[in-house]
Amino acid sequence: MERVPVLKIGDILLVSIQVDMSDQTAVQLQEDLAERIVATGCHGVIIDITALDIVDSFVGRMLSTIASISRVLDAETVVVGMRPAVAITLVELGLSLNGIRTALNVERGMELIAAAQADDYDYSAEDEPDDETTATR
Amino acid sequence: MTAGIDLGHPQAQAIQSDEDVVRVRQLVRTVAVAARLSLVDQTKLVTAASELARNTLVYGGGGVAEVTTVDNGRRRGIRIVFADDGPGIVDLDLALTDGYTTGGGLGLGLSGARRLVDEFDIVTGSGQGTRITVIKWSR
Repeated sequence: MERVPVLKIGDILLVSIQVDMSDQTAVQLQEDLAERIVATGCHGVIIDITALDIVDSFVGRMLSTIASISRVLDAETVVVGMRPAVAITLVELGLSLNGIRTALNVERGMELIAAAQADDYDYSAEDEPDDETTATR
Repeated sequence: MTAGIDLGHPQAQAIQSDEDVVRVRQLVRTVAVAARLSLVDQTKLVTAASELARNTLVYGGGGVAEVTTVDNGRRRGIRIVFADDGPGIVDLDLALTDGYTTGGGLGLGLSGARRLVDEFDIVTGSGQGTRITVIKWSR
């Protein structure tokens, strides 16, 4: 069985799917990614599907599941590089890819994740003064 | 279902494993490119073939896909027959409903595949296996 490599780039895990995946390969990728998110503590996952000439209901479900698993493990998933013909077909097939964030390419995907992290950072920055006040009391 | 004249012999691909579903996709893609289907039509047909090949494997217990280039005098098309000797589909209307599944999937395979092709025909019954014929015509 072929295995899709998961690359770590800074705080992001990058998966570029270059093969026509069997269902088993897709399920394996799901498990590999979950393990790598926990092992690396990365907060972003980018799945590049530029090379995929179809996304059927199985792969579509895998993408949704990866996004859900990542969210539970405190990571944001962005799917990038979907071909126009694939998007048209997905919609006609009836798949809505619930809960999946998309971007046109890897670069935009990284920006999206950076922006999401900046938002998180702002929230924690707002919390910090309270912590300090508590600590100095 | 529009008959059309067969151009050449059907190309068969057995469906007995996960890897065979990948092979069906590749065969359909090759034939669709040769028949000069548009990129969107190729994508729709290969996606439909992927769904139906998976159904043949998961629900039919394996079977065969036969891919043939056809011509109806005006347009060229691709006909794919998916056949298995599995348990068959008891309630066809229900099986063709979006979101209905007995296999833990999304329930979009059969209904979704039907939307992606131009012609869709299914012969099945309890204990009779399932034979699905689809055609995608070039535009």
